[in-house]
Amino acid sequence: MTAITRDEVAHLARLSRLALDESELDTLAAQLGDILTAVAKVQEVAKGDIPPSSHALPLTNVYRPDEVGPGLTHEQAMAAAPAVEDQRFRVPRILGEDE
Amino acid sequence: MVSDIVGMTAARLGEAIREGQVSAEETATAYLDRIEAVDGRIGAYLHVDRETVLEQARAVDARRAAGEELGPLAGVPVAHKDVFTTKDMPTTSASRILEGWRPPYDATVTARLREAGLVILGKTNMDEFAMGSSTENSAYKVTRNPWDTDRVPGGSSGGSSAAVAAFEAPLATGTDTGGSIRQPAAVCGLVGAKPTYGGSSRYGVIAFASSLDTPGPFARNVLDAALLHEAFSGHDPRDSTSIDAPVPQVVEAARRGDVEGLRVGVVKELDGDGFQAGVRQRFHETLELLESLGAKVVELSCPSFDAALSAYYLIAPSECSSNLARFDAMRYGLRVGDDGTRSAEEVMSLTRAQGFGPEVKRRIMLGTYALSSGYYDAYYGSAQQVRTLIKRDFDAAFENVDVLVSPTTPTTAFSIGERADDPMAMYLADLCTIPSNMAGNASLSVPCGLAPEDGLPVGFQIMAPALADDRTYRVAAAVESALTERDGDLLSRNPYAVTG
Repeated sequence: MTAITRDEVAHLARLSRLALDESELDTLAAQLGDILTAVAKVQEVAKGDIPPSSHALPLTNVYRPDEVGPGLTHEQAMAAAPAVEDQRFRVPRILGEDE
Repeated sequence: MVSDIVGMTAARLGEAIREGQVSAEETATAYLDRIEAVDGRIGAYLHVDRETVLEQARAVDARRAAGEELGPLAGVPVAHKDVFTTKDMPTTSASRILEGWRPPYDATVTARLREAGLVILGKTNMDEFAMGSSTENSAYKVTRNPWDTDRVPGGSSGGSSAAVAAFEAPLATGTDTGGSIRQPAAVCGLVGAKPTYGGSSRYGVIAFASSLDTPGPFARNVLDAALLHEAFSGHDPRDSTSIDAPVPQVVEAARRGDVEGLRVGVVKELDGDGFQAGVRQRFHETLELLESLGAKVVELSCPSFDAALSAYYLIAPSECSSNLARFDAMRYGLRVGDDGTRSAEEVMSLTRAQGFGPEVKRRIMLGTYALSSGYYDAYYGSAQQVRTLIKRDFDAAFENVDVLVSPTTPTTAFSIGERADDPMAMYLADLCTIPSNMAGNASLSVPCGLAPEDGLPVGFQIMAPALADDRTYRVAAAVESALTERDGDLLSRNPYAVTG
Protein backbone atom coordinates (compact mmCIF):
# COMPACT_ATOMS: atom_id res chain seq x y z
CA MET A 1 0.00 0.00 0.00
CA THR A 2 1.45 3.30 -1.11
CA ALA A 3 0.22 6.02 1.22
CA ILE A 4 0.25 9.63 0.07
CA THR A 5 -0.14 12.27 2.73
CA ARG A 6 -2.27 15.34 2.37
CA ASP A 7 0.89 17.49 2.60
CA GLU A 8 2.44 15.58 -0.28
CA VAL A 9 -0.70 16.14 -2.33
CA ALA A 10 -0.58 19.86 -1.54
CA HIS A 11 3.06 19.94 -2.64
CA LEU A 12 2.22 18.13 -5.92
CA ALA A 13 -0.63 20.58 -6.51
CA ARG A 14 1.81 23.50 -6.17
CA LEU A 15 4.24 21.86 -8.60
CA SER A 16 1.32 21.22 -10.98
CA ARG A 17 0.05 24.83 -10.71
CA LEU A 18 -3.38 23.68 -9.54
CA ALA A 19 -5.11 25.75 -6.82
CA LEU A 20 -7.00 22.78 -5.34
CA ASP A 21 -9.52 23.22 -2.52
CA GLU A 22 -9.49 21.29 0.76
CA SER A 23 -11.91 18.59 -0.31
CA GLU A 24 -10.02 17.97 -3.55
CA LEU A 25 -6.81 17.45 -1.56
CA ASP A 26 -8.51 14.83 0.62
CA THR A 27 -10.08 12.98 -2.29
CA LEU A 28 -6.87 12.97 -4.29
CA ALA A 29 -4.76 11.74 -1.37
CA ALA A 30 -6.90 8.61 -1.17
CA GLN A 31 -7.21 8.10 -4.94
CA LEU A 32 -3.53 8.65 -5.75
CA GLY A 33 -2.61 6.17 -3.02
CA ASP A 34 -4.92 3.55 -4.53
CA ILE A 35 -3.69 4.11 -8.07
CA LEU A 36 -0.01 4.05 -7.08
CA THR A 37 -0.55 0.82 -5.16
CA ALA A 38 -2.14 -0.75 -8.24
CA VAL A 39 0.50 0.42 -10.71
CA ALA A 40 3.45 -0.48 -8.46
CA LYS A 41 3.27 -3.84 -10.28
CA VAL A 42 5.75 -2.36 -12.78
CA GLN A 43 8.45 -2.58 -10.12
CA GLU A 44 8.05 -6.37 -9.84
CA VAL A 45 8.37 -6.86 -13.60
CA ALA A 46 11.07 -4.30 -14.40
CA LYS A 47 14.20 -5.87 -12.99
CA GLY A 48 17.82 -5.94 -14.03
CA ASP A 49 19.34 -4.31 -17.06
CA ILE A 50 16.29 -3.91 -19.30
CA PRO A 51 16.78 -0.72 -21.33
CA PRO A 52 13.93 1.81 -21.01
CA SER A 53 11.75 2.68 -24.04
CA SER A 54 10.48 6.22 -24.21
CA HIS A 55 8.96 5.67 -27.62
CA ALA A 56 7.52 3.13 -30.04
CA LEU A 57 9.73 4.18 -32.95
CA PRO A 58 13.52 4.13 -33.20
CA LEU A 59 13.66 7.69 -34.55
CA THR A 60 16.35 10.21 -33.64
CA ASN A 61 16.98 13.75 -34.83
CA VAL A 62 14.34 14.09 -37.51
CA TYR A 63 14.89 17.21 -39.61
CA ARG A 64 12.93 18.81 -42.38
CA PRO A 65 14.39 21.14 -45.02
CA ASP A 66 15.17 24.59 -43.61
CA GLU A 67 12.75 26.41 -45.87
CA VAL A 68 10.48 29.32 -45.04
CA GLY A 69 6.82 28.30 -45.31
CA PRO A 70 3.59 30.15 -44.67
CA GLY A 71 2.98 30.99 -41.00
CA LEU A 72 0.43 32.83 -38.90
CA THR A 73 0.07 36.58 -39.12
CA HIS A 74 0.55 38.65 -35.98
CA GLU A 75 -3.23 39.12 -35.70
CA GLN A 76 -3.97 35.40 -36.11
CA ALA A 77 -1.44 34.47 -33.45
CA MET A 78 -2.87 37.02 -30.98
CA ALA A 79 -6.56 36.46 -31.79
CA ALA A 80 -7.32 34.07 -28.93
CA ALA A 81 -5.25 35.82 -26.25
CA PRO A 82 -7.08 36.51 -22.97
CA ALA A 83 -5.51 40.01 -22.80
CA VAL A 84 -3.53 42.02 -25.37
CA GLU A 85 -1.68 45.33 -25.10
CA ASP A 86 0.23 46.99 -27.95
CA GLN A 87 0.22 43.79 -30.06
CA ARG A 88 1.69 41.80 -27.19
CA PHE A 89 0.30 39.27 -24.70
CA ARG A 90 -0.53 41.14 -21.48
CA VAL A 91 0.23 38.96 -18.45
CA PRO A 92 -0.21 39.44 -14.71
CA ARG A 93 2.84 40.54 -12.73
CA ILE A 94 5.63 37.98 -12.84
CA LEU A 95 8.07 39.56 -10.33
CA GLY A 96 7.35 40.12 -6.63
CA GLU A 97 6.78 43.65 -5.23
CA ASP A 98 10.37 43.97 -4.01
CA GLU A 99 12.11 42.76 -7.14
CA MET B 1 -34.59 9.59 -49.99
CA VAL B 2 -33.26 10.89 -46.68
CA SER B 3 -33.33 7.43 -45.14
CA ASP B 4 -31.75 6.07 -48.33
CA ILE B 5 -28.81 8.45 -48.00
CA VAL B 6 -28.35 7.97 -44.25
CA GLY B 7 -28.59 4.19 -44.60
CA MET B 8 -25.92 3.94 -47.32
CA THR B 9 -22.35 2.87 -46.68
CA ALA B 10 -19.72 5.58 -47.15
CA ALA B 11 -18.26 3.71 -50.13
CA ARG B 12 -21.66 3.54 -51.87
CA LEU B 13 -22.49 7.14 -50.98
CA GLY B 14 -19.20 8.34 -52.46
CA GLU B 15 -20.01 6.42 -55.65
CA ALA B 16 -23.52 7.88 -55.83
CA ILE B 17 -22.10 11.40 -55.49
CA ARG B 18 -19.44 10.79 -58.15
CA GLU B 19 -22.06 9.39 -60.53
CA GLY B 20 -24.39 12.33 -59.89
CA GLN B 21 -27.23 10.21 -58.43
CA VAL B 22 -27.21 12.41 -55.36
CA SER B 23 -25.46 15.70 -54.62
CA ALA B 24 -23.10 16.43 -51.74
CA GLU B 25 -25.53 19.14 -50.62
CA GLU B 26 -28.48 16.70 -50.50
CA THR B 27 -26.29 14.29 -48.56
CA ALA B 28 -25.21 16.95 -46.06
CA THR B 29 -28.83 18.09 -45.64
CA ALA B 30 -29.99 14.53 -44.98
CA TYR B 31 -27.38 14.11 -42.25
CA LEU B 32 -28.01 17.56 -40.73
CA ASP B 33 -31.72 16.65 -40.50
CA ARG B 34 -30.86 13.32 -38.93
CA ILE B 35 -28.64 15.05 -36.33
CA GLU B 36 -31.42 17.51 -35.56
CA ALA B 37 -33.88 14.63 -35.11
CA VAL B 38 -31.86 12.35 -32.82
CA ASP B 39 -28.89 14.13 -31.26
CA GLY B 40 -31.02 15.51 -28.43
CA ARG B 41 -31.30 11.92 -27.20
CA ILE B 42 -27.73 10.80 -28.01
CA GLY B 43 -25.54 13.87 -27.36
CA ALA B 44 -22.80 12.92 -29.82
CA TYR B 45 -21.95 16.42 -31.05
CA LEU B 46 -20.53 19.46 -29.26
CA HIS B 47 -20.77 21.73 -32.28
CA VAL B 48 -22.75 21.61 -35.53
CA ASP B 49 -23.20 24.66 -37.76
CA ARG B 50 -25.56 24.06 -40.67
CA GLU B 51 -24.21 26.80 -42.92
CA THR B 52 -20.54 25.77 -42.53
CA VAL B 53 -21.51 22.20 -43.44
CA LEU B 54 -23.55 23.22 -46.48
CA GLU B 55 -20.76 25.49 -47.75
CA GLN B 56 -18.33 22.54 -47.74
CA ALA B 57 -20.86 20.34 -49.55
CA ARG B 58 -21.61 22.97 -52.20
CA ALA B 59 -17.87 23.32 -52.86
CA VAL B 60 -17.70 19.57 -53.62
CA ASP B 61 -20.70 19.84 -55.96
CA ALA B 62 -18.99 22.77 -57.70
CA ARG B 63 -15.81 20.74 -58.14
CA ARG B 64 -17.80 17.95 -59.74
CA ALA B 65 -19.71 20.39 -61.97
CA ALA B 66 -16.38 21.82 -63.13
CA GLY B 67 -15.40 18.35 -64.34
CA GLU B 68 -12.92 17.61 -61.58
CA GLU B 69 -12.29 13.94 -60.85
CA LEU B 70 -13.49 13.28 -57.29
CA GLY B 71 -11.94 10.84 -54.81
CA PRO B 72 -13.82 7.89 -53.28
CA LEU B 73 -15.09 9.86 -50.26
CA ALA B 74 -15.70 13.28 -51.85
CA GLY B 75 -18.98 14.68 -50.55
CA VAL B 76 -19.26 12.02 -47.84
CA PRO B 77 -19.92 13.51 -44.38
CA VAL B 78 -17.64 12.81 -41.43
CA ALA B 79 -17.96 13.56 -37.69
CA HIS B 80 -14.70 15.00 -36.35
CA LYS B 81 -13.46 14.45 -32.79
CA ASP B 82 -13.08 17.77 -30.95
CA VAL B 83 -9.41 17.02 -30.27
CA PHE B 84 -8.45 18.00 -33.84
CA THR B 85 -7.97 21.70 -34.57
CA THR B 86 -10.37 23.19 -37.12
CA LYS B 87 -10.09 26.76 -38.42
CA ASP B 88 -13.82 27.15 -39.09
CA MET B 89 -15.18 25.47 -35.95
CA PRO B 90 -14.47 25.76 -32.22
CA THR B 91 -12.01 23.24 -30.75
CA THR B 92 -12.25 22.50 -27.04
CA SER B 93 -11.03 18.94 -26.38
CA ALA B 94 -14.23 18.91 -24.25
CA SER B 95 -12.50 21.12 -21.67
CA ARG B 96 -13.65 24.38 -20.04
CA ILE B 97 -10.10 25.68 -20.36
CA LEU B 98 -10.58 25.87 -24.17
CA GLU B 99 -14.25 26.94 -24.17
CA GLY B 100 -14.98 28.89 -27.36
CA TRP B 101 -11.42 28.61 -28.69
CA ARG B 102 -11.09 29.05 -32.46
CA PRO B 103 -7.74 27.62 -33.55
CA PRO B 104 -5.83 29.66 -36.15
CA TYR B 105 -4.88 26.52 -38.11
CA ASP B 106 -6.17 23.12 -39.25
CA ALA B 107 -4.71 19.84 -37.99
CA THR B 108 -3.11 17.78 -40.77
CA VAL B 109 -5.92 15.22 -40.43
CA THR B 110 -8.49 18.05 -40.81
CA ALA B 111 -6.67 19.43 -43.86
CA ARG B 112 -6.54 15.99 -45.48
CA LEU B 113 -10.26 15.38 -44.87
CA ARG B 114 -10.92 18.66 -46.69
CA GLU B 115 -8.55 17.81 -49.57
CA ALA B 116 -10.32 14.46 -50.01
CA GLY B 117 -13.63 16.36 -50.23
CA LEU B 118 -15.08 14.95 -47.01
CA VAL B 119 -17.70 17.22 -45.47
CA ILE B 120 -17.08 17.84 -41.75
CA LEU B 121 -20.48 17.74 -40.02
CA GLY B 122 -19.27 19.00 -36.67
CA LYS B 123 -17.12 18.29 -33.63
CA THR B 124 -17.87 15.31 -31.43
CA ASN B 125 -17.93 14.97 -27.67
CA MET B 126 -15.11 13.17 -25.85
CA ASP B 127 -13.56 12.67 -22.45
CA GLU B 128 -11.78 15.91 -21.55
CA PHE B 129 -8.35 15.92 -23.25
CA ALA B 130 -9.08 12.31 -24.32
CA MET B 131 -8.66 11.04 -20.74
CA GLY B 132 -11.28 8.41 -20.02
CA SER B 133 -13.15 5.39 -21.31
CA SER B 134 -16.79 6.54 -21.14
CA THR B 135 -16.99 10.17 -22.38
CA GLU B 136 -18.38 10.99 -18.91
CA ASN B 137 -15.32 13.19 -18.32
CA SER B 138 -16.53 15.74 -20.90
CA ALA B 139 -16.97 19.19 -19.35
CA TYR B 140 -20.01 19.79 -21.57
CA LYS B 141 -22.43 16.89 -21.87
CA VAL B 142 -23.25 13.21 -21.47
CA THR B 143 -23.15 11.05 -24.59
CA ARG B 144 -25.35 7.96 -24.73
CA ASN B 145 -24.83 4.60 -26.41
CA PRO B 146 -27.43 4.17 -29.19
CA TRP B 147 -27.76 0.44 -28.38
CA ASP B 148 -28.94 1.30 -24.86
CA THR B 149 -29.16 4.95 -23.89
CA ASP B 150 -28.54 4.18 -20.20
CA ARG B 151 -25.06 2.97 -21.14
CA VAL B 152 -21.84 4.77 -22.06
CA PRO B 153 -20.67 4.92 -25.70
CA GLY B 154 -17.09 4.19 -24.59
CA GLY B 155 -14.32 6.73 -24.66
CA SER B 156 -12.49 8.82 -25.07
CA SER B 157 -13.85 9.13 -28.64
CA GLY B 158 -17.42 8.37 -27.46
CA GLY B 159 -19.08 11.21 -29.37
CA SER B 160 -17.61 9.84 -32.59
CA SER B 161 -18.69 6.25 -31.89
CA ALA B 162 -22.19 7.34 -30.83
CA ALA B 163 -22.56 9.56 -33.94
CA VAL B 164 -21.73 6.70 -36.32
CA ALA B 165 -23.80 4.10 -34.41
CA ALA B 166 -26.82 6.46 -34.31
CA PHE B 167 -26.48 7.09 -38.07
CA GLU B 168 -25.69 10.76 -37.41
CA ALA B 169 -22.58 10.32 -39.60
CA PRO B 170 -21.36 7.52 -41.87
CA LEU B 171 -17.76 8.00 -40.70
CA ALA B 172 -15.90 9.62 -37.82
CA THR B 173 -12.39 10.41 -36.69
CA GLY B 174 -10.91 9.55 -33.32
CA THR B 175 -7.62 9.38 -31.48
CA ASP B 176 -6.37 6.29 -29.67
CA THR B 177 -3.86 6.69 -26.82
CA GLY B 178 -4.77 3.59 -24.78
CA GLY B 179 -7.81 2.30 -26.66
CA SER B 180 -9.86 5.46 -27.27
CA ILE B 181 -10.93 4.36 -30.78
CA ARG B 182 -11.07 0.57 -30.46
CA GLN B 183 -12.94 0.48 -27.12
CA PRO B 184 -15.78 2.88 -28.14
CA ALA B 185 -15.98 1.11 -31.53
CA ALA B 186 -16.33 -2.24 -29.74
CA VAL B 187 -19.09 -1.14 -27.36
CA CYS B 188 -21.03 0.62 -30.14
CA GLY B 189 -20.80 -2.24 -32.67
CA LEU B 190 -18.48 -0.42 -35.09
CA VAL B 191 -15.17 -0.89 -36.83
CA GLY B 192 -12.43 1.28 -35.30
CA ALA B 193 -8.73 1.26 -36.11
CA LYS B 194 -5.61 2.47 -34.35
CA PRO B 195 -3.08 2.79 -37.16
CA THR B 196 0.61 2.12 -36.61
CA TYR B 197 2.02 4.90 -34.39
CA GLY B 198 3.42 7.55 -36.74
CA GLY B 199 1.22 6.33 -39.60
CA SER B 200 -1.23 9.21 -39.07
CA SER B 201 -0.19 12.74 -38.18
CA ARG B 202 -0.40 14.26 -34.69
CA TYR B 203 0.01 17.83 -36.01
CA GLY B 204 -2.95 19.80 -34.69
CA VAL B 205 -4.10 17.01 -32.35
CA ILE B 206 -4.34 18.52 -28.88
CA ALA B 207 -1.71 16.44 -27.12
CA PHE B 208 -2.46 13.99 -24.31
CA ALA B 209 0.47 11.51 -24.33
CA SER B 210 2.63 12.24 -27.36
CA SER B 211 4.43 8.90 -27.56
CA LEU B 212 1.05 7.08 -27.71
CA ASP B 213 -1.53 9.40 -29.40
CA THR B 214 -2.66 8.01 -32.78
CA PRO B 215 -5.48 9.36 -34.99
CA GLY B 216 -7.67 6.74 -36.68
CA PRO B 217 -11.06 6.02 -38.29
CA PHE B 218 -14.54 4.84 -37.16
CA ALA B 219 -17.03 3.33 -39.61
CA ARG B 220 -20.00 0.98 -39.80
CA ASN B 221 -18.06 -1.53 -41.92
CA VAL B 222 -14.48 -2.54 -42.66
CA LEU B 223 -14.21 -1.09 -46.18
CA ASP B 224 -15.50 2.34 -45.09
CA ALA B 225 -12.97 2.40 -42.24
CA ALA B 226 -10.17 1.54 -44.68
CA LEU B 227 -11.22 4.31 -47.08
CA LEU B 228 -11.14 6.91 -44.27
CA HIS B 229 -7.85 5.48 -42.92
CA GLU B 230 -6.28 5.92 -46.36
CA ALA B 231 -7.75 9.41 -46.83
CA PHE B 232 -5.99 11.04 -43.87
CA SER B 233 -2.90 8.87 -43.22
CA GLY B 234 0.66 9.13 -44.50
CA HIS B 235 3.84 11.07 -43.88
CA ASP B 236 3.61 14.63 -42.52
CA PRO B 237 6.78 16.73 -42.26
CA ARG B 238 5.05 18.78 -39.54
CA ASP B 239 5.04 15.79 -37.16
CA SER B 240 8.57 14.72 -36.22
CA THR B 241 7.38 11.20 -35.29
CA SER B 242 5.53 10.67 -38.56
CA ILE B 243 6.80 7.64 -40.51
CA ASP B 244 8.17 8.41 -43.98
CA ALA B 245 6.79 5.31 -45.68
CA PRO B 246 3.84 4.55 -47.99
CA VAL B 247 0.43 4.06 -46.35
CA PRO B 248 -0.25 0.30 -46.01
CA GLN B 249 -2.70 -1.02 -48.64
CA VAL B 250 -5.67 -1.10 -46.29
CA VAL B 251 -8.42 -0.59 -48.90
CA GLU B 252 -7.18 -3.44 -51.03
CA ALA B 253 -6.94 -5.64 -47.90
CA ALA B 254 -10.49 -4.71 -46.86
CA ARG B 255 -11.79 -5.72 -50.31
CA ARG B 256 -9.82 -8.97 -50.24
CA GLY B 257 -10.55 -10.31 -46.76
CA ASP B 258 -9.24 -13.87 -47.02
CA VAL B 259 -7.45 -15.62 -44.17
CA GLU B 260 -6.49 -18.92 -45.83
CA GLY B 261 -3.22 -20.09 -44.26
CA LEU B 262 -2.95 -17.02 -42.01
CA ARG B 263 -1.40 -17.73 -38.60
CA VAL B 264 -3.53 -16.24 -35.81
CA GLY B 265 -2.17 -16.04 -32.24
CA VAL B 266 -4.56 -15.86 -29.28
CA VAL B 267 -2.96 -13.91 -26.43
CA LYS B 268 -3.47 -15.93 -23.24
CA GLU B 269 -3.05 -12.85 -21.01
CA LEU B 270 -5.90 -10.98 -22.73
CA ASP B 271 -8.68 -13.42 -21.95
CA GLY B 272 -9.87 -15.27 -18.87
CA ASP B 273 -11.73 -15.09 -15.60
CA GLY B 274 -12.31 -11.35 -15.27
CA PHE B 275 -14.00 -11.21 -18.67
CA GLN B 276 -17.77 -11.16 -19.20
CA ALA B 277 -19.05 -14.62 -20.21
CA GLY B 278 -20.83 -13.41 -23.34
CA VAL B 279 -17.73 -11.53 -24.49
CA ARG B 280 -15.65 -14.70 -24.17
CA GLN B 281 -18.31 -16.77 -25.91
CA ARG B 282 -18.48 -14.51 -28.98
CA PHE B 283 -14.68 -14.21 -29.07
CA HIS B 284 -14.17 -17.98 -29.07
CA GLU B 285 -16.91 -18.51 -31.68
CA THR B 286 -15.06 -16.04 -33.92
CA LEU B 287 -11.83 -18.02 -33.49
CA GLU B 288 -13.69 -21.13 -34.69
CA LEU B 289 -15.05 -19.14 -37.59
CA LEU B 290 -11.52 -18.06 -38.59
CA GLU B 291 -10.39 -21.69 -38.42
CA SER B 292 -13.28 -22.73 -40.65
CA LEU B 293 -12.09 -20.10 -43.14
CA GLY B 294 -8.63 -21.68 -43.28
CA ALA B 295 -6.70 -19.72 -40.63
CA LYS B 296 -4.35 -21.53 -38.24
CA VAL B 297 -5.24 -20.52 -34.69
CA VAL B 298 -2.70 -21.05 -31.88
CA GLU B 299 -2.58 -19.87 -28.27
CA LEU B 300 0.52 -18.05 -27.10
CA SER B 301 1.74 -16.08 -24.12
CA CYS B 302 2.90 -12.45 -23.83
CA PRO B 303 3.73 -12.41 -20.10
CA SER B 304 4.60 -8.72 -19.83
CA PHE B 305 1.08 -7.73 -21.02
CA ASP B 306 -0.02 -8.37 -17.42
CA ALA B 307 1.86 -5.22 -16.42
CA ALA B 308 0.88 -3.13 -19.46
CA LEU B 309 -2.06 -1.38 -17.76
CA SER B 310 0.14 -0.40 -14.81
CA ALA B 311 2.91 0.90 -17.05
CA TYR B 312 0.38 2.85 -19.13
CA TYR B 313 -1.08 4.59 -16.07
CA LEU B 314 2.39 5.89 -15.27
CA ILE B 315 3.60 6.77 -18.76
CA ALA B 316 0.42 8.44 -20.05
CA PRO B 317 -0.07 10.67 -16.95
CA SER B 318 3.63 11.58 -16.98
CA GLU B 319 3.42 12.76 -20.57
CA CYS B 320 0.10 14.49 -19.91
CA SER B 321 1.45 16.43 -16.93
CA SER B 322 4.13 17.80 -19.23
CA ASN B 323 1.88 18.41 -22.27
CA LEU B 324 -0.85 20.17 -20.30
CA ALA B 325 1.65 22.61 -18.81
CA ARG B 326 1.00 24.66 -21.96
CA PHE B 327 -2.40 25.68 -20.56
CA ASP B 328 -0.97 28.58 -18.60
CA ALA B 329 -3.73 31.22 -19.13
CA MET B 330 -1.33 33.54 -20.93
CA ARG B 331 -1.61 33.14 -24.71
CA TYR B 332 -5.01 31.52 -25.35
CA GLY B 333 -7.83 29.82 -23.49
CA LEU B 334 -9.37 30.61 -20.13
CA ARG B 335 -7.88 33.15 -17.69
CA VAL B 336 -9.32 33.39 -14.18
CA GLY B 337 -8.66 35.88 -11.36
CA ASP B 338 -6.56 38.44 -13.25
CA ASP B 339 -7.77 41.41 -11.18
CA GLY B 340 -4.45 43.23 -10.85
CA THR B 341 -3.75 41.91 -7.34
CA ARG B 342 -2.65 38.39 -8.25
CA SER B 343 0.68 37.22 -9.66
CA ALA B 344 1.01 35.27 -12.90
CA GLU B 345 1.55 32.07 -10.94
CA GLU B 346 -1.61 32.61 -8.88
CA VAL B 347 -3.66 33.35 -12.00
CA MET B 348 -2.23 30.25 -13.65
CA SER B 349 -3.07 28.00 -10.69
CA LEU B 350 -6.60 29.38 -10.33
CA THR B 351 -7.26 29.06 -14.06
CA ARG B 352 -6.06 25.48 -14.18
CA ALA B 353 -8.04 24.53 -11.08
CA GLN B 354 -11.24 25.92 -12.61
CA GLY B 355 -10.53 24.96 -16.23
CA PHE B 356 -9.62 21.28 -15.76
CA GLY B 357 -12.04 18.56 -14.61
CA PRO B 358 -11.35 15.94 -11.90
CA GLU B 359 -9.85 13.22 -14.13
CA VAL B 360 -7.46 15.64 -15.82
CA LYS B 361 -6.32 16.98 -12.44
CA ARG B 362 -5.87 13.43 -11.16
CA ARG B 363 -3.65 12.51 -14.10
CA ILE B 364 -1.59 15.70 -13.94
CA MET B 365 -0.97 15.04 -10.23
CA LEU B 366 -0.13 11.37 -10.85
CA GLY B 367 2.29 12.28 -13.64
CA THR B 368 3.91 15.00 -11.56
CA TYR B 369 4.43 12.43 -8.80
CA ALA B 370 5.83 9.76 -11.14
CA LEU B 371 8.31 12.23 -12.64
CA SER B 372 9.48 13.86 -9.42
CA SER B 373 12.98 13.21 -8.15
CA GLY B 374 13.08 10.34 -5.72
CA TYR B 375 10.18 8.54 -7.42
CA TYR B 376 11.26 8.80 -11.07
CA ASP B 377 13.21 5.52 -11.24
CA ALA B 378 10.71 3.49 -9.25
CA TYR B 379 7.69 4.62 -11.28
CA TYR B 380 8.38 6.27 -14.65
CA GLY B 381 11.69 4.45 -15.16
CA SER B 382 10.22 1.02 -14.33
CA ALA B 383 7.24 1.71 -16.59
CA GLN B 384 9.60 2.47 -19.48
CA GLN B 385 11.37 -0.84 -18.87
CA VAL B 386 8.01 -2.63 -18.98
CA ARG B 387 7.41 -0.89 -22.28
CA THR B 388 10.58 -2.54 -23.64
CA LEU B 389 9.35 -5.94 -22.42
CA ILE B 390 5.98 -5.44 -24.13
CA LYS B 391 7.72 -4.66 -27.41
CA ARG B 392 9.89 -7.76 -27.03
CA ASP B 393 6.80 -9.92 -26.40
CA PHE B 394 5.18 -8.57 -29.59
CA ASP B 395 8.38 -9.12 -31.60
CA ALA B 396 8.69 -12.71 -30.37
CA ALA B 397 5.01 -13.43 -31.05
CA PHE B 398 5.14 -12.00 -34.57
CA GLU B 399 7.99 -14.39 -35.40
CA ASN B 400 5.47 -17.23 -35.09
CA VAL B 401 2.13 -15.70 -36.12
CA ASP B 402 0.89 -13.10 -38.61
CA VAL B 403 -1.64 -11.44 -36.29
CA LEU B 404 -2.55 -11.53 -32.60
CA VAL B 405 -6.16 -11.44 -31.45
CA SER B 406 -8.15 -10.85 -28.25
CA PRO B 407 -11.51 -9.47 -27.16
CA THR B 408 -11.30 -5.66 -27.54
CA THR B 409 -12.78 -5.04 -24.08
CA PRO B 410 -13.36 -7.26 -21.04
CA THR B 411 -17.07 -6.31 -20.90
CA THR B 412 -19.78 -4.81 -23.08
CA ALA B 413 -20.84 -1.16 -22.54
CA PHE B 414 -21.25 -0.36 -18.85
CA SER B 415 -23.94 1.87 -17.36
CA ILE B 416 -23.62 5.63 -17.17
CA GLY B 417 -22.34 6.51 -13.68
CA GLU B 418 -21.35 2.92 -12.81
CA ARG B 419 -17.57 3.53 -12.79
CA ALA B 420 -17.49 7.32 -12.54
CA ASP B 421 -16.26 7.36 -8.93
CA ASP B 422 -13.81 4.48 -9.24
CA PRO B 423 -10.83 5.43 -11.41
CA MET B 424 -9.21 1.97 -11.30
CA ALA B 425 -12.42 0.23 -12.46
CA MET B 426 -12.65 2.72 -15.33
CA TYR B 427 -9.01 2.10 -16.31
CA LEU B 428 -9.67 -1.65 -16.70
CA ALA B 429 -11.75 -0.95 -19.83
CA ASP B 430 -8.43 -0.46 -21.65
CA LEU B 431 -6.82 -3.73 -20.51
CA CYS B 432 -6.65 -5.35 -23.96
CA THR B 433 -6.05 -2.28 -26.08
CA ILE B 434 -3.09 -0.72 -24.21
CA PRO B 435 -0.30 -3.14 -25.30
CA SER B 436 -0.56 -1.96 -28.94
CA ASN B 437 -0.21 1.67 -27.89
CA MET B 438 2.88 0.86 -25.83
CA ALA B 439 4.52 -0.96 -28.76
CA GLY B 440 3.10 1.28 -31.50
CA ASN B 441 1.85 -1.57 -33.70
CA ALA B 442 -1.34 -1.59 -35.80
CA SER B 443 -4.57 -2.69 -34.14
CA LEU B 444 -8.25 -2.76 -35.07
CA SER B 445 -11.60 -3.71 -33.52
CA VAL B 446 -14.35 -5.36 -35.58
CA PRO B 447 -17.79 -6.39 -34.24
CA CYS B 448 -18.14 -10.14 -33.57
CA GLY B 449 -21.74 -10.43 -32.40
CA LEU B 450 -23.92 -9.45 -29.46
CA ALA B 451 -23.38 -10.79 -25.95
CA PRO B 452 -26.27 -13.18 -25.15
CA GLU B 453 -26.80 -11.85 -21.62
CA ASP B 454 -27.34 -8.17 -22.52
CA GLY B 455 -27.71 -8.01 -26.31
CA LEU B 456 -24.85 -5.52 -26.57
CA PRO B 457 -22.05 -5.54 -29.16
CA VAL B 458 -18.76 -7.36 -28.60
CA GLY B 459 -15.50 -6.32 -30.30
CA PHE B 460 -12.83 -8.61 -31.73
CA GLN B 461 -9.35 -7.07 -31.63
CA ILE B 462 -6.75 -7.82 -34.32
CA MET B 463 -3.14 -6.71 -33.77
CA ALA B 464 -0.45 -6.73 -36.48
CA PRO B 465 3.18 -5.56 -36.61
CA ALA B 466 4.01 -1.89 -37.24
CA LEU B 467 3.20 -0.87 -40.83
CA ALA B 468 1.24 -4.10 -41.41
CA ASP B 469 -2.11 -2.34 -40.88
CA ASP B 470 -3.41 -4.07 -44.00
CA ARG B 471 -3.38 -7.42 -42.16
CA THR B 472 -5.78 -6.12 -39.51
CA TYR B 473 -8.21 -5.06 -42.26
CA ARG B 474 -7.83 -8.35 -44.10
CA VAL B 475 -8.80 -10.39 -41.03
CA ALA B 476 -11.56 -7.93 -40.08
CA ALA B 477 -13.09 -8.15 -43.56
CA ALA B 478 -13.09 -11.96 -43.36
CA VAL B 479 -14.80 -11.87 -39.93
CA GLU B 480 -17.32 -9.27 -41.11
CA SER B 481 -18.37 -11.11 -44.24
CA ALA B 482 -18.61 -14.53 -42.57
CA LEU B 483 -20.64 -13.13 -39.65
CA THR B 484 -22.96 -11.16 -41.92
CA GLU B 485 -23.58 -14.27 -43.96
CA ARG B 486 -24.35 -16.28 -40.82
CA ASP B 487 -26.26 -13.74 -38.68
CA GLY B 488 -27.31 -10.94 -41.06
CA ASP B 489 -26.41 -7.28 -40.61
CA LEU B 490 -25.45 -6.77 -36.97
CA LEU B 491 -25.88 -3.00 -36.89
CA SER B 492 -29.48 -3.22 -38.12
CA ARG B 493 -30.41 -4.64 -34.70
CA ASN B 494 -29.39 -1.35 -33.09
CA PRO B 495 -32.53 0.68 -32.26
CA TYR B 496 -31.08 3.77 -33.99
CA ALA B 497 -30.26 1.94 -37.22
CA VAL B 498 -31.49 3.42 -40.49
CA THR B 499 -31.77 0.92 -43.31
CA GLY B 500 -31.55 2.30 -46.81
